[in-house]
Amino acid sequence: MIPVASLTWREIVRFFRQRNRIVGALGTPIVFWVLLGSGFHGSFRGDGANYLVYLFPGTAVLILLFAAIFSTISIIEDRREGFLQGVLASPVPRSSIVLSKLLGGTAIAVAQAGLFLALGPLAGVGVTPVGALQAGALFMIIAFGLTGLGFLVAWRMDSAQGFHAVINLFLMPMWFLSGALFPVEGAPAWLQWTVRLNPLSYGMSAVRHALSEGRMAWPAVAVIGMFGAIMFAACVGQAARPE
Amino acid sequence: MSDVAVEADGLGHVYGDRVALNGVSFAVRSGEIFGLLGPNGGGKTTLFRILATLIVPSSGRARVLGRDVMAEPRAVRRALGVVFQAPALDGKLTVAENLRHHGHLYGWAGRPLRERMRELLSLFHIEERARDRVETLSGGLRRRVELAKGLLPRPEVLIMDEPSTGLDPGARLDLWSHLKKLHGVTVVLTTHLLEEAERCDRLGILAGGRMVASGTPDALKAEISGDVVTVAARDPAALGEKMRGRFEVAPAVIDRTIRIEIARGHEFVTRLIEAFPGEIESVTVGKPTLEDVFVHRTGRRLMNEDGTSSAL
Repeated sequence: MIPVASLTWREIVRFFRQRNRIVGALGTPIVFWVLLGSGFHGSFRGDGANYLVYLFPGTAVLILLFAAIFSTISIIEDRREGFLQGVLASPVPRSSIVLSKLLGGTAIAVAQAGLFLALGPLAGVGVTPVGALQAGALFMIIAFGLTGLGFLVAWRMDSAQGFHAVINLFLMPMWFLSGALFPVEGAPAWLQWTVRLNPLSYGMSAVRHALSEGRMAWPAVAVIGMFGAIMFAACVGQAARPE
Repeated sequence: MSDVAVEADGLGHVYGDRVALNGVSFAVRSGEIFGLLGPNGGGKTTLFRILATLIVPSSGRARVLGRDVMAEPRAVRRALGVVFQAPALDGKLTVAENLRHHGHLYGWAGRPLRERMRELLSLFHIEERARDRVETLSGGLRRRVELAKGLLPRPEVLIMDEPSTGLDPGARLDLWSHLKKLHGVTVVLTTHLLEEAERCDRLGILAGGRMVASGTPDALKAEISGDVVTVAARDPAALGEKMRGRFEVAPAVIDRTIRIEIARGHEFVTRLIEAFPGEIESVTVGKPTLEDVFVHRTGRRLMNEDGTSSAL
């Protein structure tokens, strides 16, 4: 376990030494939240709440999504800077290398989403301590799977530009179709189906339940946990293939 | 078997339709410093990457301490210290952090790791820079960190790709004095530098993906009888032809010079200059070097005139 802990820690240290990455991952979603939330404030009539409050859990998930997926750009940097070859030539199993990348990305993402959660009361979003703890646990499960998704795309890439091009294809659609922006119940049937096929919807729904009701939606948690496990297995398979 | 540390048997590797290695075989004895000498593009780095378990050869097999690199990569990785030609450090981390993480990857931790780090930092004279981020270090200093990293887990077999790239002459000497002191450690290194090749216990010469010669540096040089006379001329091809007619020699025209292997070279030079007055720009006579061995075996020069290695 020493190698996993060591590589995970490196991932975190590296992130905090590159300040601009924090601004990108945390800043963009917050700007989204303020602009969308305020803009739709007058016209939103769902759930009996105001739109800033409705959008709050979605924004937390967007922060997770951005931070987790973009943390895997470090794989491309590691490959380009040569660090990765040293790790690949070491006796550490491929599964440990994958695990440390996913844990590192998860830690980075959860820290940022947690920070955002702490801002909630300032914006009038009431979060109970139990709800916050539950949301924190959910953040970890969601971020693990999302980091895995980023890993799968990043592993064979040799440039960050290529990574952005591919990842943008499903980054925003995944979020739009997760129930983050609008209540799924009111949407047309075809849209409801795409939401149901999107693994992030289940994370979204679980986070919403935790924050508004302080309750764990176990079936949704199981789906998102399964997504994380599948992503991990796929990453290990990817990393074990000979170059 | 027990005294063979590294062996390659008919190794071949193909990138697309380019053949990088073609049936390379050799054996490195335990505790030996074995050099793979050759120009860039000769197949050295491909061979290095196969031994480092990073690529799978297209044909043949390789073993490190009796373990097959393809069948048991983890056992091989545990025994190996690896120094890459391209940097393999994390620039955002300090020198000490890089070494510490590397130790962790090889199962080192706690006090033994701290002591080992201190030892290597002082050996490579980088103690004062231990807390600096690697990205702030000069190329030569980074190279020293790289070497310290490769040696850190006390590998039984150390493989190094062009280890003295980026080292100044002083640091190069330090590296070699250290390599010579590594008793019991088998070293396989690639190089395109003749003075580095001279220091190896044994050499394999790689050109065009083939092992064209192997042996101790002295034995290789002994293949060439007598002296090597090198002649520079305005029209080397024409002059070479004339020499062939006039003397019992086999001149080889390589780049812009004529090269002749001959016994009693100093006497030949006198006759040569008298025979072709005005056609010769300069003449040198020397004992055979590894460069001459390379030319003898491949018909090409290892180094270009500007000191860069020629691609085959």
